[in-house]
Amino acid sequence: MSVSKQEAAKAYWKDNLRLMLTLLAVWFAVSFGAGILFVDQLNAIQFFGFPLGFWFAQQGSIYVFVLMIFFYVWKMNQYDRKHDVHEE
Amino acid sequence: MDTQTLIYLFVGATFALYIGIALWTRAGSTSEYYVASKGVHPILNGMATGADWMSAASFISMAGIISFIGLDGSVYLMGWTGGYVLLAMCLAPYLRKFGKFTVPDFIGERYYSQTARLVAVVCVIFISFTYVAGQMRGVGIVFSRYLEVDINTGVVIGMCIVFFYSVLGGMKGITYTQVAQYCVMIFAYMVPAIYISMMITGNPIPQLGFGSEVVGTGQSVLERLNGLSTELGFATYTDGSKSTIDVFFITMALMVGTAGLPHVIVRFFTTPTVRAARLSAGYALLFIAILYTTAPAIAAFARINLLSSIPETSYSEAPQWVTNWEKSGLIAWLDKNGDGKIQYGPGAPFAGAPTFGPERGVNGERMVTNAPSEAATELYVDRDIMVLANPEIANLPGWVVALIAAGGLAAALSTAAGLLLVISTSISHDLLKSNLMPNISEKKELLAARVAAGVAVVVAGLFGIYPPAFVAQVVAFAFGLAAASFFPAIVMGIFSKKMNKEGAIAGMVVGLAFTFSYIVYYKFIFPTAGPADWWFGISPEGIGTLGMIFNFIAAIAVSTVTAAPPEHIQHIIEDIRIPRGAGAAIDH
Repeated sequence: MSVSKQEAAKAYWKDNLRLMLTLLAVWFAVSFGAGILFVDQLNAIQFFGFPLGFWFAQQGSIYVFVLMIFFYVWKMNQYDRKHDVHEE
Repeated sequence: MDTQTLIYLFVGATFALYIGIALWTRAGSTSEYYVASKGVHPILNGMATGADWMSAASFISMAGIISFIGLDGSVYLMGWTGGYVLLAMCLAPYLRKFGKFTVPDFIGERYYSQTARLVAVVCVIFISFTYVAGQMRGVGIVFSRYLEVDINTGVVIGMCIVFFYSVLGGMKGITYTQVAQYCVMIFAYMVPAIYISMMITGNPIPQLGFGSEVVGTGQSVLERLNGLSTELGFATYTDGSKSTIDVFFITMALMVGTAGLPHVIVRFFTTPTVRAARLSAGYALLFIAILYTTAPAIAAFARINLLSSIPETSYSEAPQWVTNWEKSGLIAWLDKNGDGKIQYGPGAPFAGAPTFGPERGVNGERMVTNAPSEAATELYVDRDIMVLANPEIANLPGWVVALIAAGGLAAALSTAAGLLLVISTSISHDLLKSNLMPNISEKKELLAARVAAGVAVVVAGLFGIYPPAFVAQVVAFAFGLAAASFFPAIVMGIFSKKMNKEGAIAGMVVGLAFTFSYIVYYKFIFPTAGPADWWFGISPEGIGTLGMIFNFIAAIAVSTVTAAPPEHIQHIIEDIRIPRGAGAAIDH
């Protein structure tokens, strides 16, 4: 790899890690946070006929997981082009 | 047409479809056999991954389990979906870029070590066999319930079908059959779910009906469920009874274990590009989520139906499905107080599954020979009822029952085939080609893969016919071991340039040994142990999480005091981190 390409790869990796860690924080918050650690507190709140903690544990976390992956795909495709490392 | 004829028709038609697809997609090269030539469209790969992932247990048992444990059932819902987030972001794109065929391939090359590869091969085979034994049993059970053959005949029929398309078609055949199986499975799951949701809440979408009011009561589904549960002495549905730390550890072990299961990972080797690998993880989870968000709704509806229609009803007036499923032994009633009415409450009416005597009781019920327990409850309900009896509960026509039969078989067969392929690949590719016989020709390797798949089918079938008494106990193994071995090794292989072979091997060995001995100790040597005996209150199901943490610690500690990985490994890592170049043909 040439020097400029190496620089690009480094910057790409940094963007990628930042995105990944942010999304992992969300992943943790909706499942382990809302669905497990704080489930009792959140259950005091009603949300469209569900206690909120219960909804996160059995429905909401799964919806967020799906949306998160598609967001990741979309964002990574942008990064691929931005740093010129996309597939031909 | 009567229901039985319809079942034969549906099951026969779907089997013909699977075999047709297998003939049409025969594999001609090892690349086709192992990874379908890396030419699978992301949406199709997503469906195939969904079918691969959702087993007979997801299809038949999961809603029932949740139905009986309420909030605690969330560990399965979150645990078996959250792993795909890890797969999509931490594993799939990089493994696709790496571009070989198997997980041991990656471990062996990244850690420049045949020992590491061998450790990985042993884990793959152990994990996959553990898993496949349960699937073959599942095939047998579905057959025996619907086709009126005994379980063993069912297992043999299932073996023949799987043998046919996994041996012939390899990954290519399996992928396209799994796409068909996904469609059959999801249709079969959703039709009764939609009808039941309409019947109970008036809302046709189960996920929304779950939060709506129960028709004619003015209470929401969950309020009604909590009310009924409390009335009958059960724990409230929306509160858990497991400790928070245990729920946390089990969920984590299932998520990380999912991301580390070889038959799931290998699906992402089949996409044409890195982009497609990421996207296909998204589609896979989307297709899985359709079933996984419906299951808790079905669980709640079925529970309401059970609790509001059964207790204090006299046996002679009980709904038709009660007597129907009593015939197959999934429901049993023991009139302890002799009042002719069904009492239903917490606890078990007797120990274990019911055994029936030849005679009938005074109310016409099948007489149970089990000794009654202390509890006042008189009703035994197998958890699988919650899905199997749905069509009857909702008064749906016979073809829906037939659909469920075909769906259950699709779920069991698709998972079994995916696992068998992984086993055969690790024998022919990782063990023979990469280790014992590096000069083997491609033609011979392909033959070896087919022979290995054939042998694996037979072994799995034997496990199904003579299930080791511990089958139900060892599922914890598959997830725990995958979490404690592969996941950390692969993640560090991608995200750390400093991780070397000494560290990775030490980590895998520590993680595996710890998890394995903890599960063996608390499941087999000391099975009466409860939360008070477990380390920090972590059950064997959740211990893989701790094993994973030990793996990371051991690996990092050892790698800091041993030599850094060689130069060419650094290049491999730099290369897998960027997508460009993945499309290039990869030969081995």
